Amino acid sequence: MEAESCNKNILDARKSSIVVTQGCNGPKGGICCDSNSISGSVSQRACVYCGARVVLNPITDAYHIVHGPIGCSSYTWDIRGSLTSGEDIYRNSFSTDLQETDIIFGGIRKLEAAVDELMEKEEKVKLIFIYATCIVGVIGDDVDALCRMKSEQYNIPVIPVKSPGFSGNKSTGYRMACDAIMKVILPFKGKKKRKAINILGDFNLAGEMWIIKNYFKEMGIDVISGLTGDSSYGQMIKAPEASLNIVQCAGSSTYLANRMEEEFGIPFLKVSFFGIEDTTASLIRVAEALNDEEARKKAVAFCSKKEAELNSFLAKYRKHLEGKKAAIYVGGGFKAISLIRQFKAMGIETVVVGTQTGKKEDYEIIESLVEPDTVILDDANPAELETFMREKGADILVGGVKERPLAYKLGIAFCDHNHERKIPLAGFEGVYNFTMEINKSINSPVWEFVS
Amino acid sequence: MLELTPKEIMEKRKMTINPCKTCEPVGAMFCALGAEKCMPHSHGSQGCCSYHRTVLSRHFKEPAIASSSSFTEGASVFGGRSNITTAVKNVFDIYNPDIMAIHTTCLSETIGDDVGSYIFDVEVPEGKTVLYASTPSYEGSHIQGYANMMIGFMKYMTKKTGVPNGKVAIFPGWVNPGDDRELKRIAGLMGAEYIYFPDHDGILDHPMDGKNEYFHSNAGTSGADIAALGDCEKLISMGIYCSLEPSEHMKKEYKVPFSNIPVPVGVKLTDQYILELQKFTKKEVPSALEDERGRLVDLMLDAHQYVYKKKAAIYGDPDIVYAFTSLCLELGMSPKYIITGTPKERWEKEIKALMDQYGVDESEYVVKADTDLFYLHQLIKNETVDLLLGSSYGKQIAKAEDIPMVRMGFPVLDRYGNPIQATVGYAGGIRYVEKIVDTLMDRLDRDVADEDFEVVM
Repeated sequence: MEAESCNKNILDARKSSIVVTQGCNGPKGGICCDSNSISGSVSQRACVYCGARVVLNPITDAYHIVHGPIGCSSYTWDIRGSLTSGEDIYRNSFSTDLQETDIIFGGIRKLEAAVDELMEKEEKVKLIFIYATCIVGVIGDDVDALCRMKSEQYNIPVIPVKSPGFSGNKSTGYRMACDAIMKVILPFKGKKKRKAINILGDFNLAGEMWIIKNYFKEMGIDVISGLTGDSSYGQMIKAPEASLNIVQCAGSSTYLANRMEEEFGIPFLKVSFFGIEDTTASLIRVAEALNDEEARKKAVAFCSKKEAELNSFLAKYRKHLEGKKAAIYVGGGFKAISLIRQFKAMGIETVVVGTQTGKKEDYEIIESLVEPDTVILDDANPAELETFMREKGADILVGGVKERPLAYKLGIAFCDHNHERKIPLAGFEGVYNFTMEINKSINSPVWEFVS
Repeated sequence: MLELTPKEIMEKRKMTINPCKTCEPVGAMFCALGAEKCMPHSHGSQGCCSYHRTVLSRHFKEPAIASSSSFTEGASVFGGRSNITTAVKNVFDIYNPDIMAIHTTCLSETIGDDVGSYIFDVEVPEGKTVLYASTPSYEGSHIQGYANMMIGFMKYMTKKTGVPNGKVAIFPGWVNPGDDRELKRIAGLMGAEYIYFPDHDGILDHPMDGKNEYFHSNAGTSGADIAALGDCEKLISMGIYCSLEPSEHMKKEYKVPFSNIPVPVGVKLTDQYILELQKFTKKEVPSALEDERGRLVDLMLDAHQYVYKKKAAIYGDPDIVYAFTSLCLELGMSPKYIITGTPKERWEKEIKALMDQYGVDESEYVVKADTDLFYLHQLIKNETVDLLLGSSYGKQIAKAEDIPMVRMGFPVLDRYGNPIQATVGYAGGIRYVEKIVDTLMDRLDRDVADEDFEVVM
């Protein structure tokens, strides 16, 4: 399809979700974001359940029981690539697999039997999450009541995750997951605080949580709990002891940080560990927030050492990458911001940038970072992505699983910055890996064969 | 890996753990992608559509385009009529397909949406078709969804004019685009005029041409061909669970007689496909096909001592598992565990009948429908096998129990190049015999003592 005809294809209703040059604070109140997709569009967006599932999934020793027909459980079986250093219970798929008779007579008995069976057969069950999918509310299953009853009966947390797909979008799901996390840790309120942090919104994809934890170890700062990457029940409940929360994936976890601030009085800092600039700034800010001059000094020394190590490497690769153009399409606004900066450091200009769940503030920062003619999109569909990537002559797209085939079909290089990344892209190691990934795809000889 | 699986087998479980199936709508979406210029539409929450597209995209390594009704709280209370009306308008305005194939989801079914009457009332542009199939996720599996969507297409599009068109209809069942090409190639070699439905060749394995089109020209079964199914003289359909119900619909509604045969994997089942084609064309089998068959048999002879009595666990969708069980039996292997998640008890009887043909006693194997990979893992913990044959989800068991694995069926999420090649026909047989033999021999080489390690085998 030619770019011109595609342009016509952009729904009138979507015009306010696309910004080119006029700015995020235009006359009509700026970019329209954080709303639902339109019926009949080929949206890249997922649902409430999906949002809740991806946030909670990395909790390694939890039993994640999906209450609903089989699909919701089967599509989310071991999809996150979030690594574990302990249990691997979360890599199984548990479902009540509701059948027609359950729809008619209710599924709550089946769910109860499932929980009972699990408690009877498995020892050391520490934590159960029960996800209520689309039809659970519609058929009248009172999952909350059952969870309360089973928590008392077995004396372990059995936590309902209210995530019917239709009740909002993925962001709603993030909030539901955060509420579920709060339910787990609230009973441990009032613990004595110490100088240590929790890392929120990192899911230990390809071991990224481990990399970040190592940096803090280097600085002499204790990390109590990672939420939710490589976390376990035992670690989660210690989270109230922290004196600071740092938030990496703002889209999913700012809400959790807010709630933890309200309930436990833990202040939070938004951080990003993508790129040298953001990683360095984040580490120093954490030390400053803790009033730890020693740690700050260590961070400065450590980061300059790491940066120096990377400089000759980056200089070498910069000449392969300079002048190329990038398109970014990711979930959250914060990640998009870090990516724009990283591309800048490589000498790559970002010509198209979109997010699925970016907030207005994010789009304002994005606008300040990019060139005036860069296209900024909220909840883009493939037609829009394609139109603008072609129009702007993007050489590489950074996105998630659904964007990969699109990029390849257009003969554009691709880098997965989502669930399917197999190598860590966070921290200084991530700068190395990300540069290699971009180089590997952008400079592969296969593109020569594309007509 | 999978440390929680206990050895003690839990026969009647309340929970499904590590499923060997998924829900109906994805089957409907896959089926609809095999019609020319067709937009599959998911009438439910937007997550359903997203998940289905993702799993199809991950298997085929291709974009899978589909639209969604994007249900909200309002729609789930007041019904999804307005979502359908808006969606139909938007889909034709923006994407302009020839056909819009709507399938339902657990949500729209449970709230009682009558999609049939909604689309009856909706304004459809001239020359375009809007059709629907009911695919409640709480029934059957993705295989049933596929069959329901085939019937949906026929209900809305197929006509019987009374003038026979001299063609044979071919329903391939749930296969890969590489299989579509192979089945059509064989039909062509046999000199048959055919209508092949659905046809993913060129859609879910579209060649690289630097273009990104929603709909490709000359790919997929055309609307005209779907309409003309009713005038076919005969139907050859493959796989009971994907194609029997659509075949019965063809017979009942359009009086088209059918032969339902297994998906043609290996020698015997491919012979059967060719025989059915021959009954229709009344032509000699060309020497090219005879040679292919000869080459497959020759390969099986050459390699047979390395596979004889090797125990295999075969799991996946009922039709493809049946076909691979047959291939394993032809090779002299011992299918030990034969598993599907699809809830069809009669499948167990069909597998038993197949095992009987080869004189395998019931005590030597376990066959079970409506089960999951947790059960398979428990079986393996009690008595292991030499080979796993099935979807990518078995790789956890393969790793936990150190068993070599050959991927087949759906979904294969972790390997490349599989869907563009054939599984069926003699060519597919050659490919899979090679894969199985290579895998077993690689394992042999890895495990064998230095003094027994041979260059010539």
